[in-house]
Amino acid sequence: MSRRYEGYLTVDGVSKVFGARLSAGDRFVRFLRRAGPAPSLRAVSDVSLSLPKGQTLGLVGESGCGKSTLGRIIAGIYPPSSGTVTLDGEAVMEEGRKVTTDVQTVFQDPFASLDPRMKVGDAVAEGPVAHGVVSRAGAREHVSRWFARVGLDPSLAGRYPHQFSGGQRQRIAIARALAMNPKLLICDEPVASLDVSIQAQVLNLFLELRRELDLTCVFISHDLSVVRHVSDRVAVMYLGRIVELGETERLFRRPAHPYTAALLDSVPRIVADGEALVEMKPIEGEIPSPLDPPPGCHFAPRCPRAVAECSVRAPLLREPGPGRSASCHFAEAQLALPERAIV
Amino acid sequence: MSAVLEVRGLRTEFLTAAGILRAVDDISFSLSAGEIIGLVGESGSGKSVTGFSLLGLIDPPGRIAGGSVRLNGAELVGMTPGELRRRRGREIAMIFQDPIATLNPLLTVGQQMAMALAAHERVSTKAAADRCTEALARVGIPSPRARLSAYPHEFSGGMRQRVAIAIALLHRPAVIVADEPTTALDVSIQAQIVAEMRSLAREFGVAMIWISHDLAVVSGLASRILVMYAGRIVEEGPAARVLRDPRHPYTCGLLDSLPAATAPGVPLRQIPGAMPSLLALPPGCAFQPRCACATPDCAVAPEMTVERDRSWRCFHPAGVASERVAS
Repeated sequence: MSRRYEGYLTVDGVSKVFGARLSAGDRFVRFLRRAGPAPSLRAVSDVSLSLPKGQTLGLVGESGCGKSTLGRIIAGIYPPSSGTVTLDGEAVMEEGRKVTTDVQTVFQDPFASLDPRMKVGDAVAEGPVAHGVVSRAGAREHVSRWFARVGLDPSLAGRYPHQFSGGQRQRIAIARALAMNPKLLICDEPVASLDVSIQAQVLNLFLELRRELDLTCVFISHDLSVVRHVSDRVAVMYLGRIVELGETERLFRRPAHPYTAALLDSVPRIVADGEALVEMKPIEGEIPSPLDPPPGCHFAPRCPRAVAECSVRAPLLREPGPGRSASCHFAEAQLALPERAIV
Repeated sequence: MSAVLEVRGLRTEFLTAAGILRAVDDISFSLSAGEIIGLVGESGSGKSVTGFSLLGLIDPPGRIAGGSVRLNGAELVGMTPGELRRRRGREIAMIFQDPIATLNPLLTVGQQMAMALAAHERVSTKAAADRCTEALARVGIPSPRARLSAYPHEFSGGMRQRVAIAIALLHRPAVIVADEPTTALDVSIQAQIVAEMRSLAREFGVAMIWISHDLAVVSGLASRILVMYAGRIVEEGPAARVLRDPRHPYTCGLLDSLPAATAPGVPLRQIPGAMPSLLALPPGCAFQPRCACATPDCAVAPEMTVERDRSWRCFHPAGVASERVAS
């Protein structure tokens, strides 16, 4: 396979199919009914992208679009059904097993991602000690250093997760990921469960650490304003496919895919007189079931630009403009629209 | 316009092992027919407990400790459970954040809608089916007649919330309390629901209290905004003026900490610290430990300052001097 994309992080033709797991009885019944193969769900479909060192890629889309699945494949948590992920020239997974500690993840829910029975200091030390990043003797100091780094008092390391607030837990989760000295940090909705004032604190911490440690990041979020704030590049996903990819500011100002434009239209923004809602055009309909995606372009049934051709011929991801990829037959026309006000 | 809902000095407390927790502390506001107000605050600010208190949905160890809630002139505080039940759903209804938790998973949507209808009216099975079909159609559910026999799990999150809205509208209540009704939904679905609610409220003249942590959602919907912090209202006023020209430092902080308020990549203007525990509130103004404007004066709790159609609870409000110059 020739490599189409080269970068520090390279994702090449990655797909992930989840098969419905059937019992022997169900299989027998399907066989008797000649029901054919079991239904399968294509959560991620032929995704390729690359990211230079030190940059942050924002991954956006609505629930069920496959952004978290893609994040987990890049993190080496799920083996892809096909395709490869390489970081700095080395594969993240081999034969279905993660072979690197260079990729670490911060998850959405700091209530679920920390073991309630483990002292938070031990949770931060566990990985580095197991993988020989620090010696057992040096673990305490390593933990103290990372606690201080994420803005927590090192003397709190002997406490349990329930003694911390949501924002503090997310700081612990960040310390735990960074204590492994990763090259790539995956953040899966890291601020989605936090209040606005706490969200700002955690985002600021993230921006500060990223600069100091020269981290490469994949930042997954459904919140477009958060993604715009932290990302250099943005990939928009819809039903398992990347529909648009480009430099953040340009993509937000001139989206090339009608779905990106519609998503931007749906973002509530502070309006001082209630007028914006009148002109706000919600996207019609809902995301179709990924078990039975529509033929052709998956977005065609909801798309204001769709013509008959769209539900027959699936548009390929191509470059309608410099540094931009989009999978829409009308990407050029969409790009030619006037620049948008910012969300 | 006369007020359909008049809340005066409402206080709700919870008895805990560590003492009395005052979740709602001296809240007053009024709501006119057809008006939408936004009740904004972060988790723990008491906004949801305020909503529950209005419907008398506070169970022990919680209790409404004082104040008055008048709905169409009738006092709800101190009403017997039976009297409350006759009004709940008919005159005042509530929509919750999580429709999967509000709908009964074992009954079809049609069955539970018919039950909601039968709670206040005597209707024949056929008439009930017709009314429910019409209600589902009104909130934009395709092929409503067929969907009556579907179970909640057969609906998507957005459609389920539409069902919950349809149930709340069944008896055309005067007031709907909507507690974070779009928080669990995707932005595109949220936009649909918000637009829908706005036109329904206008069409039926329903007054609505929209509880949310999201200032942007509220800004496109509400004519007035109430900002809550640690159980109290810290600022109240017409939505446009509160958002464009906030008075209370907490409101300023909330608006400033939104990513959209700062250029990309630049550190956000954060509010330091976290909301204090309601059991251990600082003396005086509850926001004082996090406030950049705090002075020794703030050790005394500020009263509401009223100025024309808006009010705030702060000794050092932002933007007051500049406005005086302007006027």
